[in-house]
Amino acid sequence: MSRAQEWDAERARSRIQELAHLPGALLPILHALQDDFGHIDKAAVPLIADALNLSHAEVHGVITFYHDFRYTPHGKHVLKLCRAESCQAMGCESMIRHVEDRLGVRLGETTDDRLFTLEPVYCLGNCALSPAVMLDGKLYGRVSPDVADSLIDNAQRHA
Amino acid sequence: MSVKIYIPRDAAAVSVGADAVARAVTQQSGSRRLDVSVVRNGSRGMFWLEPLVEVETPGGRIAYGPVSVEAVEDLIGAGMLEGRPHALCLGPAQEIPFLKRQERLTFARCGVTDPVSLSDYVSHGGYRGLERALRLMPETIVEEVVTSGLRGRGGAGFPTGIKWRTVLETEADQKYIVCNADEGDSGTYADRMIMEGDPFVLLEGMTIAGIAVGATSGYIYLRSEYPHAFRTLRRAIAIAYEKSYLGANVAGSGKRFDLEVRLGAGAYICGEETSLLESLEGKRGQIRFKPPVPAIKGLFGKPTVVNNVISLATVPIILEKGGAYYRDFGMGKSRGTLTIQLAGNIKHGGLVEKAFGLTLREAIYDFGGGTASGRPLRAVQVGGPLGAYFPPSLLDTPLDYEAFTERKGMLGHGGIVVFDDTVDLARQARFAMEFCAVESCGKCTPCRIGSTRGVEVIDKIIANEDRAKNLELLADLCEVLTDGSLCALGGLIPLPVQSAIRYFPEDFDKPAPPPPAQGTGRNQETRSWH
Repeated sequence: MSRAQEWDAERARSRIQELAHLPGALLPILHALQDDFGHIDKAAVPLIADALNLSHAEVHGVITFYHDFRYTPHGKHVLKLCRAESCQAMGCESMIRHVEDRLGVRLGETTDDRLFTLEPVYCLGNCALSPAVMLDGKLYGRVSPDVADSLIDNAQRHA
Repeated sequence: MSVKIYIPRDAAAVSVGADAVARAVTQQSGSRRLDVSVVRNGSRGMFWLEPLVEVETPGGRIAYGPVSVEAVEDLIGAGMLEGRPHALCLGPAQEIPFLKRQERLTFARCGVTDPVSLSDYVSHGGYRGLERALRLMPETIVEEVVTSGLRGRGGAGFPTGIKWRTVLETEADQKYIVCNADEGDSGTYADRMIMEGDPFVLLEGMTIAGIAVGATSGYIYLRSEYPHAFRTLRRAIAIAYEKSYLGANVAGSGKRFDLEVRLGAGAYICGEETSLLESLEGKRGQIRFKPPVPAIKGLFGKPTVVNNVISLATVPIILEKGGAYYRDFGMGKSRGTLTIQLAGNIKHGGLVEKAFGLTLREAIYDFGGGTASGRPLRAVQVGGPLGAYFPPSLLDTPLDYEAFTERKGMLGHGGIVVFDDTVDLARQARFAMEFCAVESCGKCTPCRIGSTRGVEVIDKIIANEDRAKNLELLADLCEVLTDGSLCALGGLIPLPVQSAIRYFPEDFDKPAPPPPAQGTGRNQETRSWH
């Protein structure tokens, strides 16, 4: 479950300062901001650029290159569904369709009640127990449509 | 005397309930006033038996599995804590045929010890390789690795010792050891298992590498999809610093080696070594032109050893037992052991460490027990998303780098993904191109544009539009990708595509299906090269 806080420029600035001394500090900074705020607010770009002596374009370029980083908040729960070959061999596509149909959104989208964001992922390293999904950082294996339903039911109960 | 119970902390074991089983065992034995201590070990790599519970008895460790939370009460009632029989009892863990027939060198401790216990590590032979390395000249350490014949386990198969020798011989004020832990290939999980199940062996291997080539700083670049491994590595590194196995005075030698774990951010291409280095430097993970190779000009422009997790985790045993010991396993130019990962539609999925030379058939049937669905096997993809699809007629191919290359395939990281007869190889070929389009770094045109054109052409073939003409166009496009791409992503993506066409032509010759294929869901519009 995301424990994101409201955007806070002062807090962001201090997080950036804590990490700016690291060699190659940009990715650690982006991870720290996303962990704290659930996404990277556009207002963070000039703060990071100033601290690391980079152009805004360079920072934007890095944020948009990586699948993990996002400018917009995701839902309360993030469900990553593996679409890679091993999971395909165990029928992940039909399980994913089941989840999409149940929640009424496609991969890459967030439900209207902002409870779930579905994300495609290419391998979670659980290939002997395919299909695999990851819900809020927790890994699950042998995820049949029924198992997926129980994960969603459980998250909805605790909404 | 409390009874020791082993229940894995490995992410895959946890993914099917190991945490809940551990809680249940603690609760149930507590309420019966039984004295147990639960050790969260790594996984033995027999995933169809997870959660696998082992009980220490005078007769050795007795295994039970797969154990569900519901079964715990019954198991304890039946005398599991004394190693008594039960329907789920598998007998002594190390006698289970899947394990007994392996040759575990790199994974010798995985599943046996508590991964974050340094004393467990040392009492099971840990840090003996480093001890010996510290008594040797740097050149001698490198020569041991050369002698072992160890080749990069990440997929490219480049001799590890030769890479080290280049870094050793390159003069510089700073050198680096970088561990490529961006294990992104579907069907592979050996890196994850060892990082979660025996992290100190990786730390030891990297430290030896640092001592050998004169590097004082190391980074583990870990994919963000592995949060469990991240926590385990951070903990192991903290312990190693505390006990002076890392830092300014490694094991009292006066030599420095610092180590940090860094998280990637979901880009498959960052498993390519130059792209990984760009990412570590805080940039977009775009690949670099080679030459110069990273061994000469790598991280921050300094000489850098970039090795895969398994390569580095194999270094301690090579130093402990000598290069010749390791070299005596294997076949041809593939020396030592391969960590085979059985995945996909397989009955007994798991990790098999075995000398090179086992055939695909032996791996899939003798160890894996055939398909999970019970349906006939139709295709096997070895080596991740850039590996070829092999038909059953190629199952006698030995697991050896050269044997796979000869058959226009790739052994890669040793992942074997099994498909039954419900697979549609035209769909798989399309997926390969689609994956390449999503994960291309965008630096070179064949990969960036060619992959998107590839999806379109395969869509036309599936839709039965000018099939013959489009198959010819696809062959031409694949040639351009093979010859014109800068790195292995664009260069090898024709392998799955062309092998699918070569061995499964009937799948490209079916009546057109009605609905169009679904998108990847990854928002490509935000990627600035589009």
